[in-house]
Amino acid sequence: MLETEALDVEQVRADFPILTRKVRGKRLVYLDSAATSQKPKQVVQALVDYYSTYNSNVHRSVHTLGEEATAAYEAARERTARFVGASPKELVFVRGTTEATNLVRFAWGERFVEKGDLLVTTLMEHHSNIVPWQLLARSKGARLEYVGLTEEGTLDLAKLESLLKESPKLVAVTHCSNVLGTINDVEKVCSRAKSAGAATIVDGAQSVPHMPVDVARIGCDFYAFSGHKMLGPTGIGALVGRKELLEKMDPFQGGGEMIKEVFLDHSTWNEVPHKFEAGTVNIADAIGLGAAVDYLTGLGMSKVRDHEVKLMRYAMETLNALKGFRSYGPSDPSTRGGVLSFNLADIHPHDLATILDEEGIAIRSGHHCAQPLMRWLDVAATSRASFHVYNSYDDVDSLKAGLEKAGEIFKV
Amino acid sequence: MSSADIYRELILEYYRNPRNFGKLDRFDIEAHDTNPLCGDEVSMQIRVGAGNTIEEIRFSGKGCAISQASASMLTELAKGKPLGWVKGLSKEDIFKLLGTSDLGPSRIKCALLGMKVLKTGVYGYLGAHFEDSDADPTR
Repeated sequence: MLETEALDVEQVRADFPILTRKVRGKRLVYLDSAATSQKPKQVVQALVDYYSTYNSNVHRSVHTLGEEATAAYEAARERTARFVGASPKELVFVRGTTEATNLVRFAWGERFVEKGDLLVTTLMEHHSNIVPWQLLARSKGARLEYVGLTEEGTLDLAKLESLLKESPKLVAVTHCSNVLGTINDVEKVCSRAKSAGAATIVDGAQSVPHMPVDVARIGCDFYAFSGHKMLGPTGIGALVGRKELLEKMDPFQGGGEMIKEVFLDHSTWNEVPHKFEAGTVNIADAIGLGAAVDYLTGLGMSKVRDHEVKLMRYAMETLNALKGFRSYGPSDPSTRGGVLSFNLADIHPHDLATILDEEGIAIRSGHHCAQPLMRWLDVAATSRASFHVYNSYDDVDSLKAGLEKAGEIFKV
Repeated sequence: MSSADIYRELILEYYRNPRNFGKLDRFDIEAHDTNPLCGDEVSMQIRVGAGNTIEEIRFSGKGCAISQASASMLTELAKGKPLGWVKGLSKEDIFKLLGTSDLGPSRIKCALLGMKVLKTGVYGYLGAHFEDSDADPTR
């Protein structure tokens, strides 16, 4: 298939068995992929194959099953690393984005951050890219400052520049906001931060599943993402880190697998990335993530991105026409990811989600783990529709019809 | 039950025009709670009258229609009742006020937030004003 061809949504949908189920007697319209995506049968099959034909522990088993499991686990690492432009030695398997930022907070932060240091994050971050830095600042006596936002919901780069003058130790930024959909120019942010001597960590939870990502080009020190939002299983994700930095860092957790030698009074560490993978790793889900990477690679990430931009453009045009509809974030669909946060008149998002659920439509409602951003938007909560490869124009039409029904019930 | 039934006229009316909404100048009981799922917030203030009755009650807060309407309806029901009446209050009473119990597990918490706040406040007050005579089972 040529890269210029559009995504064949019907063909994609056939790979997702869950999409054939009914919810409250209606066709399932799944618009909550930013929370977690659905899984294609190829990913489910990879888990079944592992458990039913070569289940075994990895790395130190010399028997056939152990060698097969090790090969599959490391092949998954290789494919996942290449998928984001990294080397496999630089990819640590973790539970997800939250564990990745916490790993950096402990293994890098406890080692390199000192009293009085400045840490910088932004107002559009998920709690997973705020709270670890609050905890680090508290334990080290460091300061945490925020880059604010413009009216359009993009980063206030002037504020970033003024904070960079204070030589921060760390700049933490999301690649794509899980609420506003804003895609940040992380290449620029990282380059500016690097010039100021700061380490950089990019939250890729909402970007890796939806667009081509090349961490080498971004030039960050750390890049974090979750498997379950990119068609993979829950409980697996990745932290990509620069090798020299990973080597200088302390271990995250101590135990089996992460050591080279253990003595009574001290231990030495395994090579990266194994130094950060203590205990029996999540073998099955890593292999499942490898299958998800294969699936997305097969579709072509540029095509995935084009599909979502088209859907977003259609959704914004269609829904903006509704009475009382207000969306948040950049107005140009080509500058945002596949999430659309909105409110409809004075209907609370949870009431809206309840009404839509009755129509078989799954959306997210609440603060989306971004309470500082909710306060900045001056809303208690928002509703959020988010797209992935299996969503179609029909799904947007269903959402519109559902919102019209909610409007009638609430007499908007 | 359909959502059109859950959000029937009465709930919408209480959501848009809540009864007993606001603050009291003088009060003896104050309690507050939140439901992190929805971000619902409910505060209640009560002035205790003669014979340990709920002489005046107000609530304030923000959140979904179910949480705000049920809190408002509850204040209407509670006004004039003895404080001890709160002890017997159950979720069925709230469902009766709302006219439905078919809310689903995640939304029931919204419906019961007001009752939780009322009980928290009144139990605290009763505990703090507990007298030996209260412990006499013959009274």
